[in-house]
Amino acid sequence: MATTVPPETGALGRVYPVLWSWLTTVDHKRIGILYGTTAFVFFLVGGIEALLIRLQLAVPDGKVVAPDTFNALFTMHALTMIFLVVMPLAAAFFNYVVPLLIGARDVAFPRLNALSYWIFLAGALLLNASWVAGTPADVGWFAYAPLTERPYANTHSADFYVLGLQVLGVASLAAAFNFMVTIVNLRAPGMSLLRMPIFVWTTLITSFLIIFAFPVFTIAVTLLLFDRFFGTSFYVVARGADPVLWQHLFWIFGHPEVYILILPPMGIVSEVLPTFARKPLFGYPFVVFASAAIAFLGYGVWAHHMFAVGLGPVANSVFAATTMLIAVPTGVKVFNWIGTLIGGSIRMATALYFAVGFISMFIIGGLSGVMHAVPPVDWQQTDTYFVVAHIHYVLFAGAVLGLFAGIYYWFPKFSGRLLDERLGKLHFWLTFVGLNVTFFPMHFLGVEGMPRRIYTYPAGMGWELWNLVATIGAFVIALSVLVFLANAFTSLRYGQRASADPWDGRTLEWATSSPPPPYNFARMPHIEARDVLWHWKRERARRARETKAGEHTRIAGGAVDELDLATLRGERIHLPRPSIFPFIVALGIVLAATGFITSYVISAIGVAYLLAGLYGWAFEPAG
Amino acid sequence: MEHATTFEHGAAAHAEPTATGLDNRKLLMWVFLGSECLFFGSLIVTYLVYKGRSLAGPYPHEIFDIPYTSVSAFVLLMSSLTMVLALAAIQRGDQRGLRIWLLATALLGSIFLGGQYYEFTSFVREGLSLQQNLFGSTFFVLTGFHGGHVTIGVIWLLSLLGLSRMGLIQPQHSLKVELAGLYWHFVDVVWIVIFTVVYLIP
Repeated sequence: MATTVPPETGALGRVYPVLWSWLTTVDHKRIGILYGTTAFVFFLVGGIEALLIRLQLAVPDGKVVAPDTFNALFTMHALTMIFLVVMPLAAAFFNYVVPLLIGARDVAFPRLNALSYWIFLAGALLLNASWVAGTPADVGWFAYAPLTERPYANTHSADFYVLGLQVLGVASLAAAFNFMVTIVNLRAPGMSLLRMPIFVWTTLITSFLIIFAFPVFTIAVTLLLFDRFFGTSFYVVARGADPVLWQHLFWIFGHPEVYILILPPMGIVSEVLPTFARKPLFGYPFVVFASAAIAFLGYGVWAHHMFAVGLGPVANSVFAATTMLIAVPTGVKVFNWIGTLIGGSIRMATALYFAVGFISMFIIGGLSGVMHAVPPVDWQQTDTYFVVAHIHYVLFAGAVLGLFAGIYYWFPKFSGRLLDERLGKLHFWLTFVGLNVTFFPMHFLGVEGMPRRIYTYPAGMGWELWNLVATIGAFVIALSVLVFLANAFTSLRYGQRASADPWDGRTLEWATSSPPPPYNFARMPHIEARDVLWHWKRERARRARETKAGEHTRIAGGAVDELDLATLRGERIHLPRPSIFPFIVALGIVLAATGFITSYVISAIGVAYLLAGLYGWAFEPAG
Repeated sequence: MEHATTFEHGAAAHAEPTATGLDNRKLLMWVFLGSECLFFGSLIVTYLVYKGRSLAGPYPHEIFDIPYTSVSAFVLLMSSLTMVLALAAIQRGDQRGLRIWLLATALLGSIFLGGQYYEFTSFVREGLSLQQNLFGSTFFVLTGFHGGHVTIGVIWLLSLLGLSRMGLIQPQHSLKVELAGLYWHFVDVVWIVIFTVVYLIP
């Protein structure tokens, strides 16, 4: 039996035991659920912001929102979708799935994991508190200094940006440290690096990207914070500062950030395709090394965001070349995915629809990306809707479709129930049609010269038709999300019950029940092969044939004997003890940050909370 | 990884052997320090980019007292030696040695911080404030963040000293000292870079 040590419950814990159990949870699966649901709520928030943007632009001289509100909408839409939706949705999968995939009972640092989530939530709420405060962040997600200096942005809007992203950065870093250590150190015996599922690989690589990219952003934002609050002049050009220092620091972070966003969905797709093609991933080592190469090259391309700055022909040529180089490993992956499908016996499940949708749409975004790599072409496209089309093909039609593939694939594991496939396919087709109707016309608008981030445009520019079409498409996407929500809610309640292994899976998460018990695996698995579950099933089928199929006829599709929970007999399994301290530390951090916009007294209280939480944490028996 | 197993016992009793043989906490510390390289790297690069771009004085060569800062740099480097001695002491099971050397390390770190405080105040008296010019902004933020790291290190060392007095650091817990040591050495190495880049390179 599992020994779950009850936490020292405070008064709150006795009155609201369920709330207390979530506040103190250190179970990677529950934290994954927290990440996923929070991110999905923000997906709806960011989606509403997008719909308002599209409503305003649907017809010339739109009057839906005021110009200032429009600036806030495109800023908060981008920040929300990047930092509060795609990254945490990927983190939800890291949390829920990665320990299962590597055969571990939890992450390396369960309390640190809880801390990451609570800091993320605190940062997300702080950033969105800017709406309530009446000064939503409106400086663009890139927040170019010196335009974000006091003289040009003299409200709290830029302060909310600085503080909110500083807090969110801490959350991402803490999670990245944790998953790096988890994947390197907690792999089940026999799981060598080249036996790891691709999703584990992309999680590891994403963690590295976060670990080495976020500190640069932290410094960029810290210097801006010093300029805004303590009168320094890091970005004040009149006092000798370099007007593009922020741009360099921001994009040294910002370009690796786009791989932080896209690599996890690529990993998900690499899990979904082989399962539904019933064929191992084609060219596995190439996919691994291509992912690593993308990440590595990703640090050397940042100035392609700055071609219009005028860095000179040498810099532009170098960054153009490195950028085009990235197309090579990306192409390698696309061909390997296609190679996985070729000759497979394909099952047309919704997860596969989304995965194939990801590949086809991502190619469109990738191709327009290669176009931007050429400086003269980029000069034509900079700050036009062509770029908006590009980023939405890679981030929505790419990352979000990939994440939905993961939701359909792993939903039975999270919930113990299958999502409805008919509604799922309706969801897919609405999304697929909606996104192309929304984002493809933006290519035309961009080529016709429509600048991005304008709150309106006059009639007669030739932009009316495609803007209206894009707005209609956005509402089709909104409809598709409603279909998904209906599917999720009804399936949670009435959906068909999922077995441990509903897809004839290849990887370890399908070797334990759906949803898994708190301890994941009763016996620690020993990994003899890549796609180890298929290996075990084949072995068992072979043995069953040899023993002329007597009692042991449960073959593919059933639980695996070696790890079967029924074989668990009174073994004591150690589980980490729940803790309230991550919550307290996160509260301290967000209070300390809030103090900058309210009163430094609050900062002092926050720091006190932080220290108390850290010492309580350090002296708490880890379990 | 045979050499790591000596510290394995430092992990909580339940800890299962890791895939690399390296303790999770030690790996975490290394990864964290890797991230810190980029943190300080960005600050140092900012300093270098802004070198010679201040529109008003005081300028670095007017204000630096290199012999003075060399002494405080020497003090900080010596603290790395005492840190090593502290770790060696606890690995031998020498509690007294552990406390002496932890205290010595914290003391040397505090002397460095006192020196930095004095240096900062004398610079401000000579007209170099955080807001004065780009040199002031980049210098104080870079060395200030380093000083902040040293401060956290001193608090950490004193906490370990407290734990040791409570009898909570036994030889099998030497990893606790080793982790603080890794952090402490890193902060020292960063100072070598800062001292060279900021003070010594004209």
